[in-house]
Amino acid sequence: MSDFLLETRDLGISFGGLKAVQGVNLTVKKGEIYGLIGPNGAGKTTLFNLLAGVYRPTTGRFFLDGEDLTGKGSAEINRRGIARTFQNIRLFSNMSVLSNVMTGLGNRAACTVFESIFRLPRHRRAEKEIHDEAREILGVFGLDEERHLLSSGLPYGKQRKLEIARAIATHPKLLLLDEPAAGMNPQETAELVATIREIRDRFDLTVLLIEHDMSFVSGLCDRLTVLNFGEVLAEGACAQVLRDPEVIRAYLGT
Amino acid sequence: MKTFRFSLKKYRNYLIVAAVLLLFLAIDLFGGLRRTDANLLSQIAISVILALSLNLVVGFLGELSLGHAGFMCVGAYIGGYAAVAMHGAIGSSVLVLLLSALIGGVAAALAGFVIGVPTLRLKGDYLAIVTLAFGEIVRTLFRNQAVFGGALGLDTSSIRFGTKLYIPALLLVLFTLFVVQNLMSSKHGRAIKAIRDSEIAARASGIAVTKYKLTVFVIAAFFAGVAGVVYAHHTSPVDYGYFSFNTSIDILVMVVLGGMGNLTGTMISAAALTFIDVKLTTALSLDAAVRNLLYALILILLVVWNNAPALRHAREKYSLRTLFEKLSKKFFPKKAEEDSESAAWDKIPTKIPMDAILSADLQPDRAFTPDPPEKEEKP
Amino acid sequence: MNILINGLCLGGVYALIALGYTMVYGIAKMLNFAHGDIIMVGAYALFSGMALTGMVIPACILAAVLCTLLGILTERVAYRPLRGASPLAVLITAIGVSYLLESIAQLIYGTDSKPVSIGNFGTVKIFSADVAVSSLLTLGLCLVIMVGLTLFVRKTKLGRAMLAVSEDRGAAELMGINTNAIISLTFAIGSLLAAFAGIFYLMKIPSITPTLGSMPGIKAFTAAVIGGIGSIPGAMIGGILLGVIEEVCNSIPAVASYTTAIEFGILILLLLVKPNGLLGKQRREKV
Repeated sequence: MSDFLLETRDLGISFGGLKAVQGVNLTVKKGEIYGLIGPNGAGKTTLFNLLAGVYRPTTGRFFLDGEDLTGKGSAEINRRGIARTFQNIRLFSNMSVLSNVMTGLGNRAACTVFESIFRLPRHRRAEKEIHDEAREILGVFGLDEERHLLSSGLPYGKQRKLEIARAIATHPKLLLLDEPAAGMNPQETAELVATIREIRDRFDLTVLLIEHDMSFVSGLCDRLTVLNFGEVLAEGACAQVLRDPEVIRAYLGT
Repeated sequence: MKTFRFSLKKYRNYLIVAAVLLLFLAIDLFGGLRRTDANLLSQIAISVILALSLNLVVGFLGELSLGHAGFMCVGAYIGGYAAVAMHGAIGSSVLVLLLSALIGGVAAALAGFVIGVPTLRLKGDYLAIVTLAFGEIVRTLFRNQAVFGGALGLDTSSIRFGTKLYIPALLLVLFTLFVVQNLMSSKHGRAIKAIRDSEIAARASGIAVTKYKLTVFVIAAFFAGVAGVVYAHHTSPVDYGYFSFNTSIDILVMVVLGGMGNLTGTMISAAALTFIDVKLTTALSLDAAVRNLLYALILILLVVWNNAPALRHAREKYSLRTLFEKLSKKFFPKKAEEDSESAAWDKIPTKIPMDAILSADLQPDRAFTPDPPEKEEKP
Repeated sequence: MNILINGLCLGGVYALIALGYTMVYGIAKMLNFAHGDIIMVGAYALFSGMALTGMVIPACILAAVLCTLLGILTERVAYRPLRGASPLAVLITAIGVSYLLESIAQLIYGTDSKPVSIGNFGTVKIFSADVAVSSLLTLGLCLVIMVGLTLFVRKTKLGRAMLAVSEDRGAAELMGINTNAIISLTFAIGSLLAAFAGIFYLMKIPSITPTLGSMPGIKAFTAAVIGGIGSIPGAMIGGILLGVIEEVCNSIPAVASYTTAIEFGILILLLLVKPNGLLGKQRREKV
């Protein structure tokens, strides 16, 4: 066992000849907040989709806590400890805020469909457990007041927070955040930095995030990897990577 | 006060059905229940069971099924056949009805499982056409079996229940409600609704999507089968022609007009449509063509009124819902926003046709895209 | 041989209807369930036209014109107000339109079936088999229509505009294409094809009822899905395939009564192997 929580080896995928991601070797330590940056179309979200099991990699493997998760489906990967948010928010929009988080907690308490239909004791216990923990998580995100609102009725910033709350509810070891600060104003962004730090400590998480807002990245991330044209361009400590002339050139163009 | 309101909401659907049952029992007791009305009530009960179970698939799971009558067909034939066979051995016709309902329901559920396992990974309109095809296949198969009466249909005259059928039928409605409501207000129900709202996010939240789709499919098929068995006790012969695509569509219309994911609405629309259907033909002795014409016009007008983007303002101003909200605001000013998850059906993203293509990009934006600005007037 | 010709002929009819389904689906992104009933309207128009004039050609023209107008009208009145609304709402409206057309036909003509004879063209011998000329005529005309349609879509400006709208309605609109007009045009063409299908259908089965369109409608829909819905060559292949299968099954007494089950069974099996139909486009949902 290594002290890396996430390790990818030569991970790659091609879509009909186009190598969207290739040869990515990432190592994320336990408890780290790790940034993934790069110009548009560099393959960041594709890499997330590989790690979350939306796509199957065409080359390479990846490991969570030493366990090989390559080729597993989304739901299975989530149960093994990787949760994610989406670049374009995907809440359960016709459900309440509370139900969104409770849905994330679905695998926490066991009870069968039969037990639920006939309201057997295990159903009641499971529901109570799920409900209480959901309230607790909502409290951390400051969403408890709004728990009865339809999730689609929340303002944008809170929808992003709710999506993170729902991901946390699945008790992940690794949390993947896809542009969590997109569309937020500076004040909301600052709050988000604090929230992400807080949940990292509180829920014993490791965070891998994609972001374009460089002040956000440099204020939050311990280490960075820069992707360009599907390949790793640079990696290392945050401040050092952001000074790398190669990286600056990739962002500004030559 | 609050707990009382809550429980009222929870038991509202049961209360409605129980009230109807008691009312008609009372009328019946004093000998005032006409044969035609009792028959109508049984037919309404069958429609309600069908619509409630289809609502599981369409309203809660968000998949389009065009073959619900196929499952009803399996139930009617298998359950009806079993009932005819048991009829001699078991004296109590109620027991025969319940046992055969179980048999027919299980047979239909099995059919749902068999068709669901390979096909549920198909998306949207493809799943819809497979269910349609299934419905047509099932009735063709039954038509060709001499055991089930062949082209003449299954003769169930020996188990015809007569006017009292509405009592067990309404009890079965209560049972359907019990299962559907309890299922949907559990963690499984949340998973099912999550799949409807975003299958990708549901998977990412660790939900076993295929397992839940299959569960819903099988439960819905079970109750369609039960409705079929009640039908076999109501009508003889059980005719394969009845379970056509058109019947599936009629059930779907009940669900859609009643409100997808809205059980009370589904019950009301199923009852109302069956009532209109029967009354327009029998009581008013209208020509079938005129009846169809009216039915079609009502259907189109209702759907356009409920959905046309251009009519949104008018709709918000004059709809029953708004009226109801105004009234409730007047009488219960403190009432907080309820945790209403039976969202307006026109807002629910179904996975049929264009959705598979459009939802990926449009759906997340919908919530915060402002209305197109009105044309600025030039000074 | 005769079976094959008959199958191809029926397949041609299915293909014409399937083309209407597929084009409307591709461009308006809706399943037009009333499409089958346009066939029925075409058949009745032909019936009335022949009763009035006693001649086949003017009656055919009447049917074609009436169906085209009807297609445009239903789109204007019933579907256009719902553009941008939930797909299920549009579907239910289409079902409503279908019922409406059927009941209007019932009111005017009654529910009983009426015989229609377009005329007997006799038979010719091909490889020692008697083949009805009407079958050959149907087959030939179907081929001409299909080739014409393909050329229209590929080569003309309007056709390419249709393709553009089916790819991305919003972008097409930004490029200055009048999408409403294109959608109307699609309905017009689809309904015109349905009118032809109605005429050919009557050559094959010379009697009409108000529900005559529903079964061919459903089968053509199946054909469109088999071929890959949204694909024009797919609809043709699917239609012809289904027609041949139907005629072959019908010619074997032991399986004749299972024909419908076999056709739909093939549909299910095919979708399991190829979930997007034979020529359907793979669409990957963007995450």
